[in-house]
This record gives sequence, structure tokens and C-alpha cells, in this order.
Amino acid sequence: MADTITVNGTAYPMPDDPRVSLLDFLRQHIGLTGTKKGCDHGQCGACTVIVNGIRINSCLTLAAMHDGDSVTTIEGLGTPEEPSALQRAFLEHDGFQCGYCTPGQICSATAMLEELAADWPSDASESLEGRIAISGEEIRERMSGNLCRCGAYANIVAAIEEVAGGGRS
Amino acid sequence: MTVHFKQDEPDNSNRLDGMKQGVLGKPLPRIEGLAKVTGTAPYAAEYHIDDCAEGVLVTSTITRGEVTSVDRASVLSMPGVIAVVDDEKLCTRAAQGTANEAPMQGPGQVCYWGQPIALVVAETFEQARDAAKHLKVEYREENGAALDPNAVEPEEQEDETVHQGDLAHAMAKAAHSVDVTYTTKGHASAAMEPHAAIAQWDGDKLTVHASLQMLNYNITELADALDMEEENIRLISRFVGGGFGSKLGISEEVVAAALAAKQIGRPVRVVQSRQQVFQTVMRRSETTQRLRLAADSDGKLTGFGHEALVSNLPGESFAEPVLQSSHFLYGGENRELMLKVARIHRMTAGSVRAPGEAVGMPALEGAMDVLAEKVGIDPVELRLRNIPEQDPEEDLPFSSHKLADCLKQGAEAFGWDNGPRKPRQRREGEWWIGTGMASAARVHNIAEAKARVTLKADGTALVETDMTDIGTGTYTILAQIAGEMLGLDPEQVLVELGDTRHPRGPGSGGSWGAASIGSAVYVACKVIREELAKKVGISEEELELSEGKTATGESLTDLLEGNDLAREGHYEPGDIEDDYTASGFGAFFAEVRVNHYTGETRVERMLGAFGFGRVLNAKTARSQCIGGITWSIGVALTEALEFDPRDGHLVNCDLAEYHVPVHRDVPDLEVVLVEERDGAASPIQAKGIGELGMCGGAAAIANAIYNACGARLYDYPMTPDRVLAAMPD
Ligand code: FES
Ligand code: FES
Repeated sequence: MADTITVNGTAYPMPDDPRVSLLDFLRQHIGLTGTKKGCDHGQCGACTVIVNGIRINSCLTLAAMHDGDSVTTIEGLGTPEEPSALQRAFLEHDGFQCGYCTPGQICSATAMLEELAADWPSDASESLEGRIAISGEEIRERMSGNLCRCGAYANIVAAIEEVAGGGRS
Repeated sequence: MTVHFKQDEPDNSNRLDGMKQGVLGKPLPRIEGLAKVTGTAPYAAEYHIDDCAEGVLVTSTITRGEVTSVDRASVLSMPGVIAVVDDEKLCTRAAQGTANEAPMQGPGQVCYWGQPIALVVAETFEQARDAAKHLKVEYREENGAALDPNAVEPEEQEDETVHQGDLAHAMAKAAHSVDVTYTTKGHASAAMEPHAAIAQWDGDKLTVHASLQMLNYNITELADALDMEEENIRLISRFVGGGFGSKLGISEEVVAAALAAKQIGRPVRVVQSRQQVFQTVMRRSETTQRLRLAADSDGKLTGFGHEALVSNLPGESFAEPVLQSSHFLYGGENRELMLKVARIHRMTAGSVRAPGEAVGMPALEGAMDVLAEKVGIDPVELRLRNIPEQDPEEDLPFSSHKLADCLKQGAEAFGWDNGPRKPRQRREGEWWIGTGMASAARVHNIAEAKARVTLKADGTALVETDMTDIGTGTYTILAQIAGEMLGLDPEQVLVELGDTRHPRGPGSGGSWGAASIGSAVYVACKVIREELAKKVGISEEELELSEGKTATGESLTDLLEGNDLAREGHYEPGDIEDDYTASGFGAFFAEVRVNHYTGETRVERMLGAFGFGRVLNAKTARSQCIGGITWSIGVALTEALEFDPRDGHLVNCDLAEYHVPVHRDVPDLEVVLVEERDGAASPIQAKGIGELGMCGGAAAIANAIYNACGARLYDYPMTPDRVLAAMPD
């Protein structure tokens, strides 16, 4: 048993209280407040982080369930000095307004592009088999768990499309 | 040194257009953007404060009555629990926007289901949450509280009433008339950041990190609630995760955190749960609206009637101002307007993005579509024929009027197919496809504002004000205005917002932020320019500044000779407000498809053309517009607060059951910025844009539903069940 959670490459001890969600562990226990709490009920996506390569809502899982896991948060994707391609694209396309849903959108999009690259189908896909063509509709469907009340969706999709287009046609 | 400027006359000098830096209006990315996309921008609950305890609100489980006992012992023995706070100063409602006084206090009296009645404080959030669930509370319930807005005798809002001419006669004589009743359901702001506060005392000095839109009012509200002096309070809101009206006034958690921190002698953080935010802050009232339109054979209005019923709690002054733009948008000499409020015991009603027009315009613009069909003309043409020369109720000119331009430019950009229209012209498989349009209008608001601008000896500039940026772009546009005036790259301008230690801004609300605080920065910069011009020995008008230099090559650093030059700009709207009717205008165009068998509506594309004065940043302005259009989609199709008829509690108090638009609901959106200069609106010739984008957009979708499938609906939101019920065979 490792008894630690690795976040952005650093190992942290597990919290004592088993009720602590992964989200509160990140925000309150290790001070990584880039991950946001919008609902605490898996309804908004603001808390999206990447665990062992897969995006999840960190409010819907207890920290205690992630012994030995590797978590990537928005702070692990890029920094103001060295932003990731998606972070830069969000800035350029104004893919946010208040910025509160933004870390979740960017973490979600980062992992979503991997899912697309691995040809995981979605409701918007033509077929369950074979290659998935990247389209606005695919991106919208796959990002629909990330709410943005400021209504920056059109710009968020433009930002993701730019980065997706750079990777694969 | 403060420079005061009161605007009594239009300013058509358009000075900003003559400046040489050339950054104003440019689509620059947000200057705080990197902090937001990298998760390093701190929101209210995210400040690390040593020894901070956690508070969780407890809310009532009755609708009306009295709290007879709060059994502290039931939780004080639980692990980590520090205190139960049920001080009579606890607020039980949020303050209305610009209230400038404490909201309702006294948790012993319950007025609505879900009202805060106590705060439980513990070492950790998990402990506080658990204890809050276990707190034993007893009540004496008063039965029979009024809950149905249609079942009580409403109060008339007399200042809204207009009786002009004889509308009944005009309706009887009209070549074409429409008499329809629309309903809209309640809406929630649902800003993504829940309301949060961390309060910390140092002796009798209180510092609160909070998520608030209008610090200049909030500090007064908090001081009043705590019965203390404003000088002893500091509020900080550097980043606000959306507001949309819900953070205009202080909410319950701000006062609760302050009281608890005092009581336990430690800092306290209180974050409302999503369900609490839904239930304890503000709802937009549901509305019932009767529209009467009388027109001659050409479609020119001879009569205009708009009556609305809204609701609120007893003791609240706010009444959803449904008729706001109806007073001036279209002509018609015979007019009847009336707004009534039903007093009921549902949670507080208050401002939600674009109070008034957000629901008034969808009803009015739906009725206009019905009229266009009766007259047999293109709906764009119907609007064009009814744009009044001046305010049809007050003898006032418009400060500027871009409705016709927006209608024409919007129609052209959308590819609107002019002419009389018939529903059900296009079908693809199960889907009917059609288009619709609507006008947009939103009154122009402006407020007193102060900002300090310091031109530093090193040639950079600093702008300071307690104004907030709630996603609206304030940081960036202030850097652009200062940069333009002082000849600096906006990267050389540091903007500090959201701290009551700075000069008082107007706060963000009513779309007045940019024009008001932008004017204060403009006033301060203008005086700095005068000082600089003096040093060069020319007039301010002659001074050309760009890239940190004058036209003759003297650098700002040389002119400043090692000294900072600071001026506080104080902008105040003057009598000019009584001389004009001022509004932003626009037009929406939408294409939808409607499923014949399920009644589901999908928005295929949508365009908005808006005229709102000077554009300060084309990127952030466009974002405000697409945000508004996105909200229009929610109003049209999905958003509805549902209240339990038995106890008035909000049933769908979370983001799974209250349906805000999600990615897949929103297509690519097109925005046409119809630039203009409105000198009567502000000395920077700008108006607001935060709300205009949702003032009528829902009607463009509703009208497109009719055009697509022939279902004419009068109830928003137009959910599949309703569309199906109205669908012709
Ligand atoms: S906070 Fe986790 S989904 Fe909303
Ligand atoms: S940017 Fe404000 S909620 Fe998305």
C-alpha cells in the first residue's frame, strides 16, 4: 500500500477523514485551488481532473479511493509561464469569461482529445466502430458535462477545434 | 487629487478616437486570462488563511413561522464542532442590487422554505456539514402562507402604469390586432462559483474575501448588518466566478462568516452549497404577461398594451421590471402598461441577468411575430415600420438608436429571406426546419464611479478601483482605455480591482460597469494628459502620445522626472439622464429544427446584431454577446424553476434538474457589432452589453419554432411536451 496520492508528480499522504472528496483534498488539503467546486454533486464539471489518464469529476469520488493513483490538475497541465496548447487556445479564443468553469473545461478537453484519438465513440459519432472524425458536434457532445454559465461555449469549441485540428485531421 | 466630472451634456468630441496608441476597441485577449486558464486566479473561498474554521448554513424546513428552539447540544458534542451561530443579526435573505442597506435579518422568523436560520462551525468542512445536518431545530409553523401568485390580490406598481389614449377603442378599430397572454417560468442566475466568504477579524477591523459584484454597495450593506463603521471593513473580490445579478447585494454567507469569526475568535469560511445558492439567493420571478397590439392595415401600431404579473416575498421592494423596454421600443399612441406584484412565500425574487427585458422582450417579440403574420408582412419590416421617432411616452429624444441598422445588418448577415412567411416549408426526415427573428432592447444604465490612475515614474501605469470583473472584461478594457489615453501598450498598465481600499467604482450590474468605470478612468487620464501637456508646453488637445512617447519624441519617463503622477477620476452622470431615453438595441435571428414526433427543438444557428455605443474590446464585447445569446437559448427552451405547490419550496434546486444550456445545446453563434458613438450615454460614448444579448433572443427561437413546425406557443420555456401539445397534425 502506497498510502499516497500523486498529484502533478508529487506524492501526498492520504487524508485521515474518509469523507474527504478528492476535490476537497485537492483544494483544502494540498492547496491546489485551480480545480473548482461548482456543485459538489457531479452536475457541472468544474471539478474535472485527470486520474490515471481518464477525466473524472473529482467531487464524486473520495480521496480515500485513490491510494496510489496519479492525478493531473489544471496546475499540472501548464503554468502562466508555460501554458499548454489548450490553455493558450482558450486565451486566444476567449474561451471563458469569469474563468470559474475554465480549469474543468481545459482538463476535460485535454483528456477528451485523447478519447477522440483512441476512437472512443460518442452519441454524436456516425458509428460505434472505426475511426472517429473530429467535428464540432463530437466536441460539443463530449464536453456537455462541463457547464459554462457565462455562455462561452462557442469560443470554447473554437479553442478546442484549433488544438484538435493541429493534432489530427 | 480628485477630479470630478459631472456629465450634463452629450460629449460628442469622441476624444478617444483621436488618440494615437490605437488599442481601444481592439480584440485583445484578457490581461487576467493566463491566471484563469492556468487555475492561478484566486476566487473568494480559495485564499489560504491560517487557522480558518469552516461554517455550513442550516436552512428552514417550514415555509412560514417561528424558530422556537435551536438545540446546540445536539451538535456541539460532535467531533470538531466549534459553535452554532444563530445571532439575530444573521441575514435571512440576500440584499437586492444597490440596496445599500442590510437585507432582512433575524433567523428566528421564517418567511420561506429553505431560509437560513443558523450556521454550524467546525474544524473541517466535513465535520461542519455533518453537524449542520444533525442540528435539531423546532418551529411553530404558521399555516396558510400564500404560495400561488395567481391566487392573491396583487399590488400595482404605480410608477410603471401608463394610461395614454384609449387602447380598447384602438383595438376595436384596428385593421389587425393581437391580444395574447404569455407566461414565463422563474430563472436562476446559477453562476458557476457558489457564494462564498472568508471573514477575519483583527481587533475591530474586519476583512472579508467574498464573491460580490458591487463592493461599493456591499460594504455599506455589511456595515449596516453588523452595525459597524464602513471604515473598519475591507472587502476583497478580485475574481468573481460569475454573478448575473446573484451577487449584486451581500448574501447570507457574508454576514454569517463575519458573525461566526467574531464569536469564535478565528477566521471562518462559509461556502453555500449549490442547493443553498439556488434556494437562498435570488430567483427571477415567473411572469404572466398580456400583450395587446393594435395596427393599421400597413402594420403601423396604433395601440400598445403590456400588462404583467410578477411575484416576490412580503417586504421586498424589487419587482421584475418586465415593461422596462416596452415603454419606448415601439410606437402606438394608445397605450396601457401595468405591472403588478403578488406577495407570496417563495424564496426572494431579485435581479437575474437582464431583469425585466429577459422575460418582457420574449413575450413582446412573440406577439409582434403573431402580428406580422396577421398583417401579412415580413417580421423585420414590421419592426422597421414601428420604430418611433422619439420616446412614445415621454417627450424625449433617443440618445442614439441603432435598431434599424441592427435589423438590416443582422438580416443580411444571417441570410434572412424577406417577405411574408408561412410555417412548415421545410422538412428533413423527422425534423421541421424554420427561422425566426426578434428585436433586442435593454435600457442604458450608468452610475457614479471613481478610479485612481497613476502614471509611474518608470513609464508604466496603475489603475485602481474597487470595481469588479465578473467575467465582463473590466480588467482588460480599463487597461485599454488607460493605454489609449496615455500612449501605453496595455501590457504596461496594471489594473487592480475588487478591493474596497481603492476608490469606489460603480460595481458590476445592470450592464453599467464598463461605461461608468471606463468614464472615471478616462476622466483621470485626461487630467494626467493635461499635466503632461503643460510640461511639454502645449495644450492637452495637441498632445499626442504613443508607445510611451510624445509626437516629438520626449518619453514619459523624461517628462515625469522621477515622480509618479496620480489622479483620481470621479465620474458622475448629470441631468443628461432626464434629457434622453437611452438604450442599447439589436436584432436576433435564429434557425431551429423541431422534431415532429418528440417536439424537441434544436437551435441550428443563431446571430445577434447589437448597437451599444463604442466597442471597448471587440473580443470581450463579442463574448458578452454570445453569453447573452446562450442564455436566450435557455430561456426559450429549458430553464424553469419549479416550486412545490404545497410549501413553496424550490424543487429543482441543482444543476441536474435546472437546465442551463450545455455545450451541445449551443451552436456556433454569430455576432455583428454595430459600432456607434453615443455621446449622451457616457463621455466615452459607450453603453453596456452584458445583458442586451439575452433581451429578446428567446422570441427569435420561439418564432422559429412556429415557422418550422406551425406550433405557436405562448409559454416559455418551450419544452418538448409543450411543443408537441401545440404541434398541428
Ligand atoms: S463540482 Fe464536481 S461536477 Fe460540479
Ligand atoms: S467562464 Fe464563467 S462559467 Fe464558464
